[in-house]
Amino acid sequence: MTALLEMRNITKTFPGVKALDNVSLSVREGEIHAICGENGAGKSTLMKVLSGVYPAGSYEGEIVYDGQTAEFGGIRDSEDRGIIIIHQELALVPLLSIAENIFLGNERASNGVVNWRETFRQTEGLLAKVGLREAPGIKVDGLGVGKQQLVEIAKALSKDVRLLILDEPTAALSEADSQALLDLLLELKGQGVTSIIISHKLNEVRRVADSVTVIRDGATISTIDARGGDLTEDRIVRDMVGRDMAHRYPDRERRAGDVVFEVKDWNVWHPEHADRQVIRDLSMNVRAGEVVGIAGLMGSGRTELAMSIFGRSYGRNISGQASMRGQPVDLSAVDKAIAAGLAYVTEDRKTLGLILDETIRRNTILANLDGVANRGVVDENRETEVAEKYRKVMNIRTPSVFQKVMNLSGGNQQKVVLAKWLFTEPEVLILDEPTRGIDVGAKYEIYNIINDLSAAGKAVIMISSEMPELLGMCDRIYVMNEGSFVGELQAEDASQESIMSLIVRE
Amino acid sequence: MEQTERAPGLGIGAYIAKHIREYGLLFALIAIMAFFQIVTGGTLLRPVNITNLFLQNSYIIIMALGMLLVIVGGNIDLSVGSVMGFIGALAAVMIVSWKLPVGVAMAICLIVGMLIGAVQGYFVAYWKIPSFIVTLAGMLVFRGLSLWLLAGQSIGPFPGNFQSLSTGFIPDLFGADKPNMVALAVGVAAVLVLVWLALRNRSRNMRYGIEDEPWGLFVARNAVVAFALLFVTWKLAWFRGLPNVLLSMVILTVIYVFITERTTLGRRIYAVGGNAKAAKLSGIRTERLTFLTFVNMGLLAALAGLVFAARLNTATPKAGFAVELDVIAAVFIGGASMAGGSGKIVGAVVGAFIMGVMNNGMSILGIGIDYQQVIKGLVLLAAVFFDVYNKNKEG
Ligand SMILES: Nc1ncnc2c1ncn2[C@@H]1O[C@H](COP(=O)(O)OP(=O)(O)OP(=O)(O)O)[C@@H](O)[C@H]1O
Ligand SMILES: [Mg+2]
Repeated sequence: MTALLEMRNITKTFPGVKALDNVSLSVREGEIHAICGENGAGKSTLMKVLSGVYPAGSYEGEIVYDGQTAEFGGIRDSEDRGIIIIHQELALVPLLSIAENIFLGNERASNGVVNWRETFRQTEGLLAKVGLREAPGIKVDGLGVGKQQLVEIAKALSKDVRLLILDEPTAALSEADSQALLDLLLELKGQGVTSIIISHKLNEVRRVADSVTVIRDGATISTIDARGGDLTEDRIVRDMVGRDMAHRYPDRERRAGDVVFEVKDWNVWHPEHADRQVIRDLSMNVRAGEVVGIAGLMGSGRTELAMSIFGRSYGRNISGQASMRGQPVDLSAVDKAIAAGLAYVTEDRKTLGLILDETIRRNTILANLDGVANRGVVDENRETEVAEKYRKVMNIRTPSVFQKVMNLSGGNQQKVVLAKWLFTEPEVLILDEPTRGIDVGAKYEIYNIINDLSAAGKAVIMISSEMPELLGMCDRIYVMNEGSFVGELQAEDASQESIMSLIVRE
Repeated sequence: MEQTERAPGLGIGAYIAKHIREYGLLFALIAIMAFFQIVTGGTLLRPVNITNLFLQNSYIIIMALGMLLVIVGGNIDLSVGSVMGFIGALAAVMIVSWKLPVGVAMAICLIVGMLIGAVQGYFVAYWKIPSFIVTLAGMLVFRGLSLWLLAGQSIGPFPGNFQSLSTGFIPDLFGADKPNMVALAVGVAAVLVLVWLALRNRSRNMRYGIEDEPWGLFVARNAVVAFALLFVTWKLAWFRGLPNVLLSMVILTVIYVFITERTTLGRRIYAVGGNAKAAKLSGIRTERLTFLTFVNMGLLAALAGLVFAARLNTATPKAGFAVELDVIAAVFIGGASMAGGSGKIVGAVVGAFIMGVMNNGMSILGIGIDYQQVIKGLVLLAAVFFDVYNKNKEG
């Protein structure tokens, strides 16, 4: 097979940051090529260079595509050559239908008049190809992330794609949806589509990739070929972090104390559909120094549970009792929940966790402004000290805490969200998918932080769709399905199989 | 507006490039003043005209302070011109027709202003009705109500003590007629305080490695500001001294700078405008803050209404007509973003001055109201374009 794409000595700098430093990448025709690397290594930036998001001239180096030097002035140019990128953040218009989204900017029309029949017919064909059984006229905001991802791919297919780039496509997907997506990629490969996939989920990489390029700190470290039989998770990890990582989960002395936080008979109804009960008669508790996991499929109500507890941020007609150390607590508003010692790290950091246009410093103190203020007057120096402290503790990679969070890589953004909540010094920390889109090294660091908290006697509740993570970190796991707990497992008794069997038994 | 915050270690050129918006605004004001000073043959900076500049624009500046907070919070208030006119009419009815004591009438006016803000803020904050719509309704309602209150007539004149709110001057305690010693003393004191604050801030920031404004630039910038202040007070001192309005404007500006930049309240308003959902999940009571920005806007619109009526010495049905546009334009020229979450008080005040100097200069030149509107519109577009252009260049 010949090389479809050669990127040679690509260098890209942002003010104060050299995101890419002489990176080279070679992708063969018809293969699935994975790019791995820590958060902030420059993976997304490299793909943006390739697809013309950063136009020719804004970077140094050479791109040879299909035997010709390519200088894309914008994303349209690369699309014309069959390079389609699906970004880390999905880019669908929520209030438009599937069909409208697929042909957005590329409408099936004659003389400016949309041919709806043709649009729907072709959409049906594309949806069948990606295996999505939904009507073309359905609005996109009613679909889950997994299905939206498939719509994105259908959209790519509508444009005669030759080289498909997926930036962390499975980060927000459930296990089953991820599998379906990967199968689809393999199928497309059979039809001759070349793909580049960026992922932190190394088991997926191993499953689908024909070769892997590892990037660290803006430089190419290695390219591993699956045919050499050398494509193992350990090898990728070693190249990514620059050393061997014996364990994925740090050890912790397990020593649970008294019950710190308890919820009883919790009931929550859907905010819009008043007759839909989202959480049903649910009770749970967590002890000091304990890490409790909540397992369940997407849509089982885990996030809704956490948010309804955290200042009634979700749902209506919430009923039930909550208590801290045996005393009833008022959790009726977020500030009260925080005052009671609760913290909730949201699953969606961009829209719910951060003010993207603000600096790291301002975001870090957001949930505890009073912690850096005297009688309502902010002490900017203390603010800086706090932000600096957490930058070091959390190892946030950035030239300074005065960077806007918008300019951080996904993993580093997540660390800022965590820093924000650690600064409130919570007694009970609720983590909702805390390691989504985060590299192995940073995951390890976050696990360490969780362990430190529990060693300090704090209680941690962890929601995660990655079962190995729950199994590796938790003392106890609640299994959730359709708004109630269907089981509770001690760490010793828990396994992927036992959790799944509890879920499907319903 | 806050670009990326200060990061250590840049040269003068790079520093200016990075903070082009703030320096650009100052340059623009100076350039516009120089331009009109020349084309009006020196009339612009005559003592009497400088005094007039402040008197004429005080109500815009006062409202720009409130509008900045509303816009930073992610909303807009189209009703301020009408509210201002309505409060002027209310004051006239109470003071001139009903002969209520001036103090009582003013207090009632300010309270009514806050109530108006509270009602609009209630719909915006708690019912999530877009502020554009709520305040568009308010604009029509209060325009109509002032017409009704005044029955289509002008009401005036006001008693002298009410007029002095706007046209009065701080008396000279030293008895000397000209130059007015109180004005000079206040001017010098203000400069000393500003320089002292700037130095203290700089040294403290240096200690934390935040400050990177090159020393030369720091000196130059402060020298320009100090010179301008002294120049203005000198001119004022040779006319009738410090206008009351100027003093209240300065005090209000200082208060609002402090609130926006140093208090948790201010920070929270920026957070709400930056990302309301994230702010809410961080324990910030977003609805209440939005509500408060509107109450505050109502209060300031009422104050502006009193000042305006006092200056004209009558309440007319046309008072405040289209003023909201000048106020909003001032805030955007000052660098606030339509999306909320960014913008500075000082920017809004300078923006208001830019509008004021243009209004004043063009009137002196006898340029018709038609061309005035065109020119102001273009300046607004240019300022915002400059903003967006710089943002794009940043990457
Ligand atoms: N617009 C920008 N301005 C300044 N710095 C940027 C910008 N975009 C990216 N960076 C920086 O460039 C580096 C590479 O970022 P990039 O998003 O490519 O990382 P990534 O490998 O995709 O990480 P992740 O796995 O977290 O998505 C990071 O240090 C990031 O902070
Ligand atoms: Mg990325």
